[in-house]
Amino acid sequence: MKLPDLTELALRNLRESVLRNSLTTIGISVGVASLVAMLSLGTGLQQMFSRRLAKSGLFDTIFVSSRRELRGMGREEERNGPAPGESRVLDEPARQEIERLPNVLEAYPDIRFVTELRFEDKPHLTMISALPSSAKSNDAFEGMQGSFFSSDMAAEVILQKSFAEELLGKTPPLGSPEPNVAELAQPLLGKELLMVYPQRAAAPPQTAPRPNEPASPDAPVGAAYSVISREQKLKIVGISDLDVESMRGPMRAKVFLPLKLAESLHVMQQTDLREVARAASGEPVYSSISVRVKNPTQVQAVEDALKKMGFTTLSILDASRSLQQVFRVLYAFLGIFGSLALIVASIGIVNTLVMAILERRREIGIIKAIGASDGDVMWLFFAEAGAMGILGGVVGVVFGWAIGQVINFGTNIYLKHQSLPPEHFWAVPWWLVVVAVAFAFAVSLVSGLYPAVRAARLDPVQALRYE
Amino acid sequence: MGTVAVRSENLCRHYHMGETLIRAVDGVSLEVRAGEFVALLGSSGSGKSSMLNLIAGLDRPTSGTVVVQDRDLAKLSREELAKYRLHVVGMVFQSFNLIASMTLAENVELPLRFAEVDRGRRENLVGEALDRVGLRARKDHRPSELSGGEQQRAALARALINRPQLLLADEPTGNLDSHTGIEIMDLVREFNRQLGMTVVMVTHERALAERYAERMVFLADGKLTHELSNAPAGSLERQEHA
Repeated sequence: MKLPDLTELALRNLRESVLRNSLTTIGISVGVASLVAMLSLGTGLQQMFSRRLAKSGLFDTIFVSSRRELRGMGREEERNGPAPGESRVLDEPARQEIERLPNVLEAYPDIRFVTELRFEDKPHLTMISALPSSAKSNDAFEGMQGSFFSSDMAAEVILQKSFAEELLGKTPPLGSPEPNVAELAQPLLGKELLMVYPQRAAAPPQTAPRPNEPASPDAPVGAAYSVISREQKLKIVGISDLDVESMRGPMRAKVFLPLKLAESLHVMQQTDLREVARAASGEPVYSSISVRVKNPTQVQAVEDALKKMGFTTLSILDASRSLQQVFRVLYAFLGIFGSLALIVASIGIVNTLVMAILERRREIGIIKAIGASDGDVMWLFFAEAGAMGILGGVVGVVFGWAIGQVINFGTNIYLKHQSLPPEHFWAVPWWLVVVAVAFAFAVSLVSGLYPAVRAARLDPVQALRYE
Repeated sequence: MGTVAVRSENLCRHYHMGETLIRAVDGVSLEVRAGEFVALLGSSGSGKSSMLNLIAGLDRPTSGTVVVQDRDLAKLSREELAKYRLHVVGMVFQSFNLIASMTLAENVELPLRFAEVDRGRRENLVGEALDRVGLRARKDHRPSELSGGEQQRAALARALINRPQLLLADEPTGNLDSHTGIEIMDLVREFNRQLGMTVVMVTHERALAERYAERMVFLADGKLTHELSNAPAGSLERQEHA
């Protein structure tokens, strides 16, 4: 029999006992819905976590440093890799080259220095670091009072809350409750700070290279620089709520400057002492660069590319790997539980079809008498099972999606009551829709196997005698 | 008219019912010529229906052979037997055996679906067949909405839709009043004469057999007891046609 005829007859048969077949189909859709719901939850949670991790900058960031920085530390990479003298210098062209690598979102130098900040004529010594504008979306700044830098060159500053306390002269004793950021922000936002810092400037060659410094072949012998004391006024635009101890990288500082501004100041940094010759050329040399990758899964590839370029890299990839493992296990677990309901539903299909054979025994006898082959009868039952499977699958996916929406909605109401930000932890990816319907179809075909074979094997003479 | 349409040799169909062995058909040798109208007569349990089922390819012999249109049915696979039933044989039953959930047209169309005939051609063929039995006007009715006679006419239309050479009728008038029965039998004779279909009919009504069949074969306890040639009514007319 041809497929259109098969489908038509199967659907006609399904319509004949509409109640029973609908109940069976609902059974399948409940099974599919539970599968979709479970796997959507898994996918959603995974997406939520990777979103969070991406925001935290922990998993999508690679720290790049030049091997020169590792000199004398006896690290294995150094012994295996190119000699320090041959490895690349982490300067502006290198940064631009890194930024052009595939899947790299941005590469920015880590600028960090300790200097003096004056507030109401009182000096405070603190660690300052520069932030790229992309840090704005970092969830470290979620609870911030005020606003982020208006531009990358703005003479503005964001303070960490403990430094704000220090400026206001009310450092609380240890163990006291956390200060309220809003209270701290009130007297500080819009006020000005004066930063006093040492500027590095190129100078005419006067001194010979230091004896412990190997001369770079490409630097003029005797290059040097001078240090000039400078001042810069900065406006306080934000007080951040983050806890210094829980942060890493540039976030560990207590005061933040816009990146481009910090670069333009040419503040003297630790590395300048070592790269003395290069520094004199006026081109900045970075101690390290942070590379942000589009997606945490691409970290490995980018890291490999960076290593090939001759740099030393560091990322929290291992942590993200084990996290993926956890999600894989969670996924399998949710999948097994989700399919359980579908397996139960498949028994319903077997039951319905076996009942249908008993009921339609005579009909099977008739169609065999007028020329239906065993195969025709078998495919007819298969088609009925398959139709119930596909129908149940489609309804189930819609069902599962709706359940997800309702739970998402309900949970967000709860989160709102707890004054937590809303979360989207439910996602039905397109592949799940396809897989769920296909799975329902496959399960129903397997369930239809026994009834179909049994129907096909019916003896027409006996079937015709049956009233 | 000399070719043999159906030939059975020492045909047996035995089966067990509990401990007892039932010899439904027990060594029947029979020949039916192509285009012949044969009636199988006997009381209930004589084996006439079992004989018909063997010729129809619905059942397989325990021993002996049954050859229809040069096909040895015992040697055909299940698949080949289904093809044989689809294309070579048309069957009508006492209880009509129409599918209750389908309209008349759909019932008649069903064998064409199994024969994988194109949808467009199917409609024409169904129309022709229903015309032949005078039911075109009722094609969209379900069997339950029709009289017994109409149902049996629809069953005849279904039996001839694939143009089989052999029509097998199992007590076709058993559920009908005598007037309607004659209508149906006239139709069967029409198929026999106009389309040249070989007809094997099972009945226990001798009068009916005498009126329509050219030969009467009597069965008792699964055995062929005797045969009688018969000159059915209208046989002269038939000779004119031939």
